[in-house]
Amino acid sequence: MDEAILIEGLVKRYGDLAAVDGLDLEVRRGECFGILGPNGAGKTTTVEILEGLNEPTSGKVEVLGRTWTGQPEELRARIGVALQETKLFDRLTVEETLRLFATFYAGRTLAVETLLAEMQLEEKRATWVMKLSGGQRQRLAVALGLVGDPEVLFLDEPTTGLDPQSRRALWDTIAALRSRGKTVVLTTHYMDEAERLCDRIAIVDHGKRIALGTPAELIDRIGGAHLVEITTDPPLPPEALADVRGVRQARAVGQDQQSSLALSIDEPHVALPALIARLAERRAQPTRLVSRTATLDDVFLTMTGRSLRED
Amino acid sequence: MSTKSLWALSGVRLKLFFREPGSMFWTFGFPLLVTVALGVAFRNQGQSQTPVAVVDGPGAAQVAAALAGQRGVAARVVDAAEATRELRTGAVVLAVQAAAPGAPLVFKYDPSRPEAQAARRQVDDLLQIHAGRHDTVPTRDETAVAQGGRYVDWLVPGLLGLQLLNGAMWGAAFNIVNARQRKLLKRLAATPMRRGHYLLSYRVSGLVFVPLQVFVLFAFARLTFGVVIQGSALAVLGLAFLGSWAFAGLGLLCASRAQNSETANGLINLVTLPMMVFSGVFFSSARFPSVLQPAIRLLPLTAFNEALRHVVNDGASLLSQGFPLAVLLAWTVITSFLAVRLFRWT
Repeated sequence: MDEAILIEGLVKRYGDLAAVDGLDLEVRRGECFGILGPNGAGKTTTVEILEGLNEPTSGKVEVLGRTWTGQPEELRARIGVALQETKLFDRLTVEETLRLFATFYAGRTLAVETLLAEMQLEEKRATWVMKLSGGQRQRLAVALGLVGDPEVLFLDEPTTGLDPQSRRALWDTIAALRSRGKTVVLTTHYMDEAERLCDRIAIVDHGKRIALGTPAELIDRIGGAHLVEITTDPPLPPEALADVRGVRQARAVGQDQQSSLALSIDEPHVALPALIARLAERRAQPTRLVSRTATLDDVFLTMTGRSLRED
Repeated sequence: MSTKSLWALSGVRLKLFFREPGSMFWTFGFPLLVTVALGVAFRNQGQSQTPVAVVDGPGAAQVAAALAGQRGVAARVVDAAEATRELRTGAVVLAVQAAAPGAPLVFKYDPSRPEAQAARRQVDDLLQIHAGRHDTVPTRDETAVAQGGRYVDWLVPGLLGLQLLNGAMWGAAFNIVNARQRKLLKRLAATPMRRGHYLLSYRVSGLVFVPLQVFVLFAFARLTFGVVIQGSALAVLGLAFLGSWAFAGLGLLCASRAQNSETANGLINLVTLPMMVFSGVFFSSARFPSVLQPAIRLLPLTAFNEALRHVVNDGASLLSQGFPLAVLLAWTVITSFLAVRLFRWT
């Protein structure tokens, strides 16, 4: 029994709309698993079904080897949750909120002092929740998820709306949880977040899983860890560069036919000299040439033709 | 079964209440302001002076002279248009139009207003006596205002009812819908918290709020207007608890499904406004036609006000109020049962 979570053929319909449309996933114990996708991909619906807050239309869902039918309280005691943007009791202090949540768990709970220290909230313990910054509020949300010392922690868009500094601080916290062996399930539409934190990632779109693997595997799947974006004068079709040595794939990107080309390559030091030689051969001037490492956003773009950030 | 989360949630309720200046004002300050405002507006001023308009014209001066200096009447001569206006706005309840010598005097008033009828009889008497009528039976007046018989004595129990109803609606029900809208309910539902404890915490905190509300209102009414509880104070408290549970059940029912505060707002007004009118808070529900009375008596606020007035003003015992108690109990059980069945956490 290695899986913390098992999802088979999960479907959730709201009227005609299928928010989740036949999803299969397995999350292993001790890994940080990312569900990456644009807004409206069905990430939150999926996670809320896993948390026992929403009922699937059909399909099989097991969390820690159990289903949500029967004794849900027992399972709730073994998971931790940070919903997307929960508002708490405005006029309760950080410490009071943690102590309140601790009373909900019959079994072992983490000491409030430990949580305050771990989430860097010690200085804010006596501050009303309404007076916390976005980052502090989000750290409190994670702390509340950890109160019951859960075996699985669900984080739904934990850094959405945070400033870069707060995001990084929260990333460190989540990375520390994973290194302590907690299973973490994280949804996000930030590719950098998923790359940085997750052992494995499922990319979902329109309620379906379109890719699954480690960040490196996914990037490798689009045919190379590097990406060269090039605009030439006169413009060249993708075929003109597809057979250059070291180029694994070439495709047109950008609007209009004033197009740039995106080339997937493994080794820039092999591909770039060959590319320059080919341009000279075709008497085309590179007006713009960028070489960078490929990201999960490129993976998403390659598979769907859309960017993760488009809403 | 551990009840620590119930006590913790109830403690949180109390803390949040006392940290919210708005809820403090609406629960404690506002009823006191209403008591003062209405107590002053309808105070017993000894014999009141009824304002009467005398329409300017031939003979107006004689009428005004006949009424001048008479106790209970304050007459002024105004022109016809002004008299009509003052009748419409209620500044006067009676206008007297003197005519040419020999023609009858005209009394203009709204016969559906008891005070207008009284003014008409009083002014008629004064004018007839002034013109030479002799009363043959000698009479003498004695003041006899019974304890607990003033408007303010009648008003205060109704205000407690309204206050408890508003507390259950705007305090608890609105608060729950707000928590649902902010996804706080969903967050709580994701913990192993016993869900009943969350709902029960409102009742437990009520064990503190309700006596406090009863005490503040009656202490204030006693100090400012001398309103005295004729019956047992414990009966008042017991009734207040029972009433608060009936209203809380109704509030919870309103809050069981509403997804946002706009819906809650509408639902709460739909429930409370008819009761404010029909349940005899500011004026007696006996004024409504008798065909409506059975329905009116089944409203929880009517039942509460009726029983509380008997205890406070007539010194009745709680157990003598069988019908209203049964009504309150029925509302408590039925609404709470339905609310818990219908309640949604997400």
